[in-house]
Amino acid sequence: MRLSYPDSIRIIQVPCTGRVDVIHLMEAFQRGADGVYVVGCLEGECHYLTGNLRAKKRVQYTKQLLDEIGVGGDRLEMYNIAASDGPRFSEVAREMDEKIRALGPSPIKTMLQKLHADDLSIHV
Amino acid sequence: MAKEKTGAVVVVGGGIGGIQASLDLADSGLYVYLVEKSSSIGGRMSQLDKTFPTNDCSMCIMSPKLVECGKNLNIEILTLTEVKAITGEPGNFQVLLKQKPRYIDLDKCIACGTCSEKCPKKVPDDYNAGLTKRKSAHIRYPQAVPLKYVIDADNCIYFEKGKCRVCEKFCPADAVDFSQTEKEITVNAGAVILATGFQTYDPAVSDTYNYKQFPNVVTSLEFERILSATGPYQGRLLRPSDKKEPQKIAWIQCVGSRNVHSGDKGYCSGVCCTYAVKQSMVAKEHSDIELDAAIFYIDIRTYGKDFEKFFNRSRDEMGVRYIKSRVNTILPGDNEGDLIIRYVDEGSRVVQEEFDMVVLSVGLDIPKESVDLSNTIGVGLNHYNFVETGYFDPVQTTSQGIFVCGVFQGPKDIPETVTQASAAAAKASSLLSSARFSLTKEKQYPEEIDVIGREPRIGVFVCHCGTNIGGVVNVPEVTKYASSLPNVVLAEENLFTCSQDTQVKIKERIREHRLNRVVVASCSTRTHESLFQDTIREAGLNPYLFSMANIRDQDSWVHQSDKEGATKKAKDLVRMAVSNAAKLLPLSRSKLPVIKRALILGGGVAGMTAALDISSQGFEVVLVEVERELGGMARKIHRTLQGDDVQAYIEDLIEKVSNDDNIQVLKEALLADFSGSRGNFKTLLNVGPAMYHREVNHGALIIATGAKEYEPKEYLYGKNGSVKTQVELEDILLKDKEVAKGWHNIVMIQCVGSRNVENPNCSRVCCQQAIKNAIALKEINPANSIYILYRDIRTYGFAEDYYRRARELGVHFLRFKEHEEPKVEEVDAKIQVSFRDITLGRDVTILPDQLILSAGMVAGDTEEISNMLKAPLTSDHFFLEAHVKLRPVDTQTDGIFICGTAHSPKRIDETISQALAASSRACSLLAKDYIEVGGVVAKVDPELCAACLICVRACPYEVPFINEDGVSEIDISKCHGCGICAAECPAKAITLQHFEDNQILAQVDALMEAIQ
Repeated sequence: MRLSYPDSIRIIQVPCTGRVDVIHLMEAFQRGADGVYVVGCLEGECHYLTGNLRAKKRVQYTKQLLDEIGVGGDRLEMYNIAASDGPRFSEVAREMDEKIRALGPSPIKTMLQKLHADDLSIHV
Repeated sequence: MAKEKTGAVVVVGGGIGGIQASLDLADSGLYVYLVEKSSSIGGRMSQLDKTFPTNDCSMCIMSPKLVECGKNLNIEILTLTEVKAITGEPGNFQVLLKQKPRYIDLDKCIACGTCSEKCPKKVPDDYNAGLTKRKSAHIRYPQAVPLKYVIDADNCIYFEKGKCRVCEKFCPADAVDFSQTEKEITVNAGAVILATGFQTYDPAVSDTYNYKQFPNVVTSLEFERILSATGPYQGRLLRPSDKKEPQKIAWIQCVGSRNVHSGDKGYCSGVCCTYAVKQSMVAKEHSDIELDAAIFYIDIRTYGKDFEKFFNRSRDEMGVRYIKSRVNTILPGDNEGDLIIRYVDEGSRVVQEEFDMVVLSVGLDIPKESVDLSNTIGVGLNHYNFVETGYFDPVQTTSQGIFVCGVFQGPKDIPETVTQASAAAAKASSLLSSARFSLTKEKQYPEEIDVIGREPRIGVFVCHCGTNIGGVVNVPEVTKYASSLPNVVLAEENLFTCSQDTQVKIKERIREHRLNRVVVASCSTRTHESLFQDTIREAGLNPYLFSMANIRDQDSWVHQSDKEGATKKAKDLVRMAVSNAAKLLPLSRSKLPVIKRALILGGGVAGMTAALDISSQGFEVVLVEVERELGGMARKIHRTLQGDDVQAYIEDLIEKVSNDDNIQVLKEALLADFSGSRGNFKTLLNVGPAMYHREVNHGALIIATGAKEYEPKEYLYGKNGSVKTQVELEDILLKDKEVAKGWHNIVMIQCVGSRNVENPNCSRVCCQQAIKNAIALKEINPANSIYILYRDIRTYGFAEDYYRRARELGVHFLRFKEHEEPKVEEVDAKIQVSFRDITLGRDVTILPDQLILSAGMVAGDTEEISNMLKAPLTSDHFFLEAHVKLRPVDTQTDGIFICGTAHSPKRIDETISQALAASSRACSLLAKDYIEVGGVVAKVDPELCAACLICVRACPYEVPFINEDGVSEIDISKCHGCGICAAECPAKAITLQHFEDNQILAQVDALMEAIQ
């Protein structure tokens, strides 16, 4: 359908959202991602029966962790979209992009970039 | 000596029925020509938005089957093709096909869509039921298989005027070929399966409802497209005339069904009630405002598995209004576009109500081409132009070697079509079992290069895809960037990476540069991963040493206006794929031998039918029956609605089963233990009065344990001798017809033990049973007064003819409301039935000689078997299929299948279809010498496992178990590869191969590198 969506998004493919682990999500934030979202089948229609419900729980748990460490759970979301629903996919991408832009850069990223800049200045 | 048979089958029609038949046949060793009239397979199901009763997305569930069909080496899809003639004999037919030109070279087309974009000619899009326009150069829908464009010659400027050829000029792959001409092809096949499906009834023919005049009167198929995300309004619920969101929608049922007056459509189409329920619910969900949905019906016929609950939910929870009335007129409303429905209500008053939009629930109709085809090839049709089949042989046409499935055989829904498709495949396989694997192809690959412990040497191939990627993304820059990445020893750009010559080139580069990992940056894994995996396999690399970056669908196509951003993103995606590739490991698939024997639980019609079919396909069967005799529930049924002799049929089945050398019958046998996995099960049985132990090793298992007649607790059953069930009445009619001559007043009460709180579902067969017995009683004594008290008469399909016949014979049908069940009392030892008749609007009392209860069907004692086999049950204790639409006879455990009334209440012909289907599914497993297991599956590291049981609980397929060493073990032959256990395991003892943590994290880290 070639519906455009913001180019701020990169997709990592998994067989089922049930494969998505808390460490995968946390690694992305630790390395400076401003936002992460998990996209799975509609609830009740998981190709692997219950994977998306497991993922939902993990996303909720990770949101708590992010809140606790001051990154903010709002930067992580889970969406359920039917495989044929291109319009919804691009809508979600826009929604997430706008939301993350409103939240601004992740505090970890800001810190990493600062460290990196300091690092450079030392070596120069 | 008998002539050798041809191990190939022609399947006519590429809808869901044809697809399922093809997959089953190819799986069991027969070569398939799948002949499809249009430019791609998918049929009607591809046009549906959601499917009942789960409201699953139709395309989501269908698309994997389309891909599977497209990839199968032994299914040759012939699009734009029709059957012209069939000669020869069963086992050796010559089928003459006519193939229209596509004007696009299938091998060259890269599905970029440039031809369509540049094509100046717009025509109504039949995929969207004419609600949108498409170009002359087009694909039917985005997920089409084959994903190749087609030029519609009937609507092409070049063919009309001799000038244009714009598509040819702009096609980057040089795929447009106007020199193509119509071709005649003759193929040899041992059998033919007709799966040509239906068209929806055209309400414009006798335009009762002003469909042609009012744009906001739409057919249900048009409404389906309106609801769809790929439809005319991108899934927004709008009405056609002014694109306003409707607040009130009416559905009118039985348009082109149950009507002998216009166009000879006396049958019930069977699916329209449930799809209207679905559409009303989906419309309410889609609507931003509170939508008022009203369904005008004659009888609500939600008779399928769990359909009644679905109907109840729409009414009780979603507030859909159900109005029993045949609508006579639709008039224009006061405001432009609005519509007035005029109807007669239950109190016989003429009422009118205004709506924003009206949906006509159009019936299933047989297209003229199908009628012509059947005439050409000599296949008999019934009085409604559906293929004539015998009651006990529901997929056999009047012509030997030619089978039928799906709606062409009679109205049916998707799971019934899929079931019958497998049944037809079973019959074709039986006929051709001696020719299995004689024409199928198997690819040979060179020995694999050992890459373990070697430094990754990655080759990256970046695709221009003509201008699809190259026109947006700076491909040379991305290629140069790729060559700078760690472990990359070669990076190249190609105009079309998927082209045949590039495959040769990739193989050369693997050899020249000793590549041990390959990355392709191009399009989607969905369509192209298997092609590239195959290529590297041909060069001696394990297919799992491959990674793909989607820089087209995820990049150039969606960021067309931002070339710089798209190029940057392409670099990120390539870097991620390269990092992933460096961590990839070769995965082996091991071969497990298949025990070529099936075990069947249940010796009724279902079990015996399946046993005979499996035997005739050449495999052994152990048939297990709990009772002392074979026959099951059908022993109590004396004839069918159509008059066929059930007892003679059962006797014949028992004799055949008993005399079949491949079938071993174990009577009075109980299941004691069960273990193993598909292809390799072990079952322990206790057999006979002495309960001796018997161990059976088998490759497949079929559950055919049947159901029971409900024993009524209501209406004085068991307390007064004049109260009987329908089955008891049948018994009397068979043994002593004379008794019935003395009866004058007979009352039958429907839905006894069905459609109530304890058993919410419909038992499906009781309406037909009551009508069958009422007709029999009328034939014995025409002066009998017979009253059938009912809520909805559910004589679906051709059974509607017999409902009409019963009314003609003077059987009285009187309707009562839910929760206003008739009262039955005993007055002076006589029975008195009183109830409120809705049509008369008054209380009625009848004093019958006989009260016959239409007792429903309830599940047998399924719980123990379910626990032992780990085959889950529905809430009403019938066995649950793996997928309600597309895997109707499979269970969640591979290798275990269900059929007959163990699955849900059904008729004998339906049971036979399902038994054959279960046989087909079992035989496609048994036909293989071994099954391949492994690949993307989970693996436990016993050193790390703490036996915490989390994986055991998390796995949706109940695969992990704690083994004798006290650690978790995952049987790779059962693992589905979802990775849930790997993510849940707190000790990280479980890895999902090919999606291991370090492989996923490598991609995350590679992506985030850009930040620092």
